[in-house]
Amino acid sequence: MTALSLRSDGSGKLTTLVLFLPPALMLFTLFVVLPIGEAAWYSGFNWNGFGVPVNWIGLDNYRFVFGHKAFATAFKNNLLIIAVSLLVQLPLALALAIILADRFRGAVALRMVFFLPYILAEIATGLIFSFVYDGDYGLLAAIYRVFGAEAPHLLASSTTAFPAILLVVVWKYFGFHMMLFIAALQGMDRNMVEAARIDGATRWQVLRFIVIPTLYPTIRLSVFFAIVGSLQLFDLVMPLTRGGPADSSHTMVSFLYNFGVTRMRVGFGSAVGVILFVVCVTFAFGYKRWIMRDE
Amino acid sequence: MGLFMRGFLAAAALALSTGLAAAQVTVKWLHIEANPAQVKIWEEVARDFESKNPGVKVDMQYLENEAYKAKAPTLLQSRDRPHIIYSWAGGVLKAQVEAGVLEDITAQVQNFKASLSPSAVESFTVGGKIYGLPHTVSQVGFMANKELLAKAGLDAAKILTWDDLLDATKKLKAAGITPIAVGGADKWPVHFYWTHLAGRMGGKAAFDAALRGQDGGFEADTFQKAGELFKQLIDLQPFQNGFLGFKSQQAIGHFGDGKAAMILAISSFYHTQKVFAADKVGISDDKLAWINFPVVPGGKGEPSDTLGGVNGWLITKGAPKEAVNFVMHFISPDVQKRLAAGNFLIPTVTGAESGLGSAFMRNIAQNIAKSKYHQNFWDQDLGPSVGRVVNDATAELAGGTMTPKQVAKAIQDAFKQGN
Repeated sequence: MTALSLRSDGSGKLTTLVLFLPPALMLFTLFVVLPIGEAAWYSGFNWNGFGVPVNWIGLDNYRFVFGHKAFATAFKNNLLIIAVSLLVQLPLALALAIILADRFRGAVALRMVFFLPYILAEIATGLIFSFVYDGDYGLLAAIYRVFGAEAPHLLASSTTAFPAILLVVVWKYFGFHMMLFIAALQGMDRNMVEAARIDGATRWQVLRFIVIPTLYPTIRLSVFFAIVGSLQLFDLVMPLTRGGPADSSHTMVSFLYNFGVTRMRVGFGSAVGVILFVVCVTFAFGYKRWIMRDE
Repeated sequence: MGLFMRGFLAAAALALSTGLAAAQVTVKWLHIEANPAQVKIWEEVARDFESKNPGVKVDMQYLENEAYKAKAPTLLQSRDRPHIIYSWAGGVLKAQVEAGVLEDITAQVQNFKASLSPSAVESFTVGGKIYGLPHTVSQVGFMANKELLAKAGLDAAKILTWDDLLDATKKLKAAGITPIAVGGADKWPVHFYWTHLAGRMGGKAAFDAALRGQDGGFEADTFQKAGELFKQLIDLQPFQNGFLGFKSQQAIGHFGDGKAAMILAISSFYHTQKVFAADKVGISDDKLAWINFPVVPGGKGEPSDTLGGVNGWLITKGAPKEAVNFVMHFISPDVQKRLAAGNFLIPTVTGAESGLGSAFMRNIAQNIAKSKYHQNFWDQDLGPSVGRVVNDATAELAGGTMTPKQVAKAIQDAFKQGN
């Protein structure tokens, strides 16, 4: 806005527009708008993905999706991931960030260690944890054996499979949020903290009234990433459980893949995709509008 | 933009044309064989074909079984699809034919097909046209560890009826031995129980009736009964701990390690139980027994009926004719005899089964030869959508989250909904 309005002549503005807008707009149309439109179109058909869709069934696919008990579970699981991200992962990341933002011996090394899980590819992480959780040969089994107990097969029970995935989610992503917080803390004005200390503020008061309020913008951003990431979670689920047992550990995306793509029900899968899209867009715009409006 | 695009296209065209000039026809062959010993022979067969056909290169690509099934629909519609793909025939094949992604090879194999088992070729024929060629057949039954059975005072040859199996399960449990290993995470190993029980209960007639939608289709008595019988076994908790988290390969390894007395197996597990065993040796021939799937009281299916696969190679749309030539070379009597001698497969070339190296595999070949009704795997036969529901529902039955009635209903609902 400012860059453009600084220009005194309108023609310069127009040139900029003509020059820079079309490529971006075209890419956006080609890779975002068109696929979304296509998915919405396909979701009205009973179609196996081969050739051209002809069998129009209206909104039936949406009825099938909402009537599917695994979809309800998947939706609930997505909400669970969000809850765990917000209530466990972010506080953990924040606490670690506050500790590790200070300069002391080993701080940098520890930051690296906590950040490492985030660098690992999701599929690799999933495979590693499927070995860790293995009730016969895994790390967990070895730990149980030390205490002379028989390890449970966490991924084989519909009550424990999803909590086991949640644990991996927290393990994998807390380092990322920690880094965001550390970056923000390092950009913080140290003088304020010092001034407060001189005025006799306790450590807790400094934390409560200075450090955390300065972090608010970052926390809001972090929450945004956590929620969007939760909605998209897929590649950790596949190597760990593929959504099983008894469809207890699906997320919306793994539900889409399992019931749409692998079963050649493209219309059905597209309907799930459209629902997911609507959820994400509503959230993103709502969040921007109400929570991040100052930034 | 336009300039960029043109430059890019020109570069791409150049890359393409130089590629063509250097070659040669490359036949892209996608397989799912996980046994290195067998893949080694296949590679030799491919190199042999290349040496006999100068200018042709055979490029082998591998995908894991479940990954292949999931990827196939997308893969087949890409421009870069492989020329030869693995197939279980059945409903999936029909869907692929309807989609027009396969090549009609009827004319090219007209003379060749006479050397193969007619019923196996029939499996790869849709609407009178041949789209692929079968290279092996298989049977589903229990593979048993004689040593572990003996510990519980059992004899594999005496497990003939479903009640015998239930009884054996109880005795094995009492002896502290895991009765049966199963790969519950993959689900299809579980569907063998329910579908074979349904076959034993109602035979071919019941399956055909269900397809026509008679007596409530898959909700008919036969199928509810199959679920109830399976439930009798499930209630005894016959499977290894955590079986719902085991993939098929892990479960086969579990059996190969001697940690479970039995496994409901495809006959080809004869080899894979060695490959997936921790020691790579597995259960030796003298300790390995085959138990035909038990018969059920009052069942209408013939005891000689078999459930199993017919596997082969499909030629995809637009594949070079060399691809078909290679498949014919792959299923030639020489190669089939060689694979049979190594006990890798039950051959489809008539007469090649006499070359089977082990008594175990000869027994399977005889079972299939005697069978008047060889039912293809249901999850393949019923097509990708309904087939997967059979797998889902039966796995849920095993996990205790569905009742036999709900299983039958879920399958019938999926069947009515179609694809």
